[in-house]
Amino acid sequence: MLSYYFGLALHSLKRHRALTALMVLAIAMGIGASMTTLTVLHVLSGDPLPGRSGSLYYPQIDPRDMADYGPNVEPPDQVTWTDGQYLLKAKRATRQALMTSGMVPLQPAQSSIDPFHAVALYTTADFFPMFDVPMQYGNAWGESEDDAKARVVVISAKLNDKLFGGQNSVGKELRLQETAFRIIGVLGDWHPQPHFYQIYMGRYADNEDIFVPLSTSRDVHMEHDGETDCWGNGGGDDSHLQQAPCVWMQFWVQLDSAQQAAAYKEFLVHYSQEQHAAGRFLRTPNVRLRNVMQWLDYQHVVPSDTRLQVWLALGFLVVCLVNTVGLMLAKFMRRAGELGVRRALGASQQALFGQLLVESGVVGLAGGTLGLLLASLGLWLVRRQPADYARLAHMDARMLLATFALAICASLLAGFLPAWRACRIAPALQLKAN
Amino acid sequence: MTLHPMIAALRKHKAGVVLIALQIALTLAIVCNAIFIIYARIENVRRPTGLNENNLFLVTQQWVGAPSGDDAASTQKLDVMLREDLATLRALPDVESVTPTNSVPLLQSSWNGAVALKPGADLRAGNARTTYYFGDEQLLKTFGLHLVAGRDFTAADVVNKAFRDNSQPDIVIVTKALADKLFPGGNAVGKAVYLNGDSKPTTIVGEVERLQVPSVSTWASTFVWNSTIAPIRLNGNFSRYAVRAKPGRLEAAMREVPAALYAANPMRVLDDDSVKSFKDIRAEAYRSDIGMAALMGAVCLILLAVTAGGIVGLTSFWVGQRHRQIGVRRALGARKIDILHYFQLENLMIAGGGAVVGIALAVALNRVLMSKFEMQSMPAYYVLVGLAMVVILGQIAVFVPARRASNVPPVVATRSA
Repeated sequence: MLSYYFGLALHSLKRHRALTALMVLAIAMGIGASMTTLTVLHVLSGDPLPGRSGSLYYPQIDPRDMADYGPNVEPPDQVTWTDGQYLLKAKRATRQALMTSGMVPLQPAQSSIDPFHAVALYTTADFFPMFDVPMQYGNAWGESEDDAKARVVVISAKLNDKLFGGQNSVGKELRLQETAFRIIGVLGDWHPQPHFYQIYMGRYADNEDIFVPLSTSRDVHMEHDGETDCWGNGGGDDSHLQQAPCVWMQFWVQLDSAQQAAAYKEFLVHYSQEQHAAGRFLRTPNVRLRNVMQWLDYQHVVPSDTRLQVWLALGFLVVCLVNTVGLMLAKFMRRAGELGVRRALGASQQALFGQLLVESGVVGLAGGTLGLLLASLGLWLVRRQPADYARLAHMDARMLLATFALAICASLLAGFLPAWRACRIAPALQLKAN
Repeated sequence: MTLHPMIAALRKHKAGVVLIALQIALTLAIVCNAIFIIYARIENVRRPTGLNENNLFLVTQQWVGAPSGDDAASTQKLDVMLREDLATLRALPDVESVTPTNSVPLLQSSWNGAVALKPGADLRAGNARTTYYFGDEQLLKTFGLHLVAGRDFTAADVVNKAFRDNSQPDIVIVTKALADKLFPGGNAVGKAVYLNGDSKPTTIVGEVERLQVPSVSTWASTFVWNSTIAPIRLNGNFSRYAVRAKPGRLEAAMREVPAALYAANPMRVLDDDSVKSFKDIRAEAYRSDIGMAALMGAVCLILLAVTAGGIVGLTSFWVGQRHRQIGVRRALGARKIDILHYFQLENLMIAGGGAVVGIALAVALNRVLMSKFEMQSMPAYYVLVGLAMVVILGQIAVFVPARRASNVPPVVATRSA
């Protein structure tokens, strides 16, 4: 029966080519625009570490003075060196890592490659197990290297390809900041997006090329880049940052259960109280403990233009759908005669309704296919934009499926009212009129 | 022609009428808001920076193995290298003037702080946020700024300091916008202000008409015109030079620069991005705004086309359906123009009805966007422009099917269906 309806639908669509083309084109453009923007939104608001992000938290405490104080003020987005070190050493979470980043001059041993600046992350040992960072060769460093300010470095797969042609480079020497470092590990395929753990060097930046123990980075005076936020008489002078009233470090913890998270929050409040009592924190305890997705949401990581574009595209799709409903209605009503004959010959209302819905489904399928092409074109245009997230704009299987689902649903929805109106035709009346 | 029979006819096609009206309403709502967004972006892009942007370019370079700048002696070494570069650039035949600088408007890299009327006021305590430009006595001339009060810097005013040195300058030139904010009574020249919460006073010696901050991001939108210029050569391991080429010699000057700098001192890095015309800096800063405006524009055009297509389709259907009635009217003496007018008036009524709903939707959509995005309230004339647009669109779209209707011959009335 379905194939018969399908044949009827094709026949009917062919009879009104211009009208069919108009409907298909309208659906295709609505779908194309919506899927382009939804894909970008989907990619940008994705979970950077699926399965793990729920147990990773970003503690915030408020060490600032009373200037600009008010109720419900959010604590700063980063922590000071002093607080970061305390929280790190306190080890109240399953795992914890303190980090910040910078640009490090790198002098390759090969004379064929000019010296260049590489983006580096200065962090502590737990970074790697906590974020489940895969290693291609070698291992990351442990706590003893942190304590010893060891001259060791973990490099990205990309840098390993560039400098060592993808060979196992563990044990080789790398000159950073005019100091010799020993490569102890090479990262595997690891590109969490958004770049959640450090959002100040580009929210959708690729991961760093160089990972160095935080203690070592301070020891050899590696430059700190990213955001430094000071108060009182604090200044951004790199060499005094450890003592200055400035927040410039990110601190992440792993807490495996809700109870543990609640206990950790309690610990943060307690620490703030202690510091307040000691006169170091001037404000009363003001803490936050957000997990990865809450943190990204709080930071409005997804650009507002992207969200605006989704709204625009969905509005556009609605107009295209209303347009298609109108055209389908006109088309089905025009065929009252034909439908009346089918009714008179014994077709039930359901049968007619089914037939008409199949016809709108066919329009939806055609619109969806064309819409998919338009969405690919749209994404290609997005990738040519200068934004740092542009390269991520690719459609995945889920979005592909969603495109077709959206197209068929949209056109069935568009066909529903017209089909319902058309199939209620009284057979006798139509025959008489003819 | 009375409207009565027309309304009676429309009531027979309620669903179709409602759908077209709804489509027109939605189109109106989306199009006015999109045009408003486009206009806001274009307005943003078109505002003048205060610079004379022609013949201006920026050179950014980094020294290799430069002194650290952490102590006085190495700072002086860096300053010698900087002055050597300035002399090299100023000696080029196509160069008119050069200033060292930390940034230029639209470059996105900025050095921000606050200006207060009291010493020791905290950075965050409000006051006036500002962005700093550091340059020498040729900065005003090179940037092409207009001095509206006070005086320009002289060579004797210019000092040098290390990049990481937090001390404040003795004198500054500020923009008129910043001066008026600090001293609403006017006459800021000669007054003392305190920079970045410092307790040392800084004297304002001049006012320039306009100078935009380097950042075009929304976080800087509250102090776009609050710039402060200090007569300081900053010494770090990298340097920036704003260069004004002689009229018409921009490209030639830009070509000469890398070779001249390498000849003066080969221990430096200049990459593809190092020598950049201001035109390119401007294009880069506003690329996403222009992209967004273009996208909105394209969506509007397609939306209008789809709506017009819908009107053509539905009206054609109605014309086909009323073929016989039209014939009867023609046989009873209606002229072709009457039939044409009938369909045009019918469309006007539907579009008008849709537009009324559309105006409400447009205002509602604007409210939603204002609450979710950083957006202004839409002035009423955008809605009126949108209204005119959809009504005209309806009339254009209906013309073809209406013409076809008017060409139905009266003889149709005598035929059976």
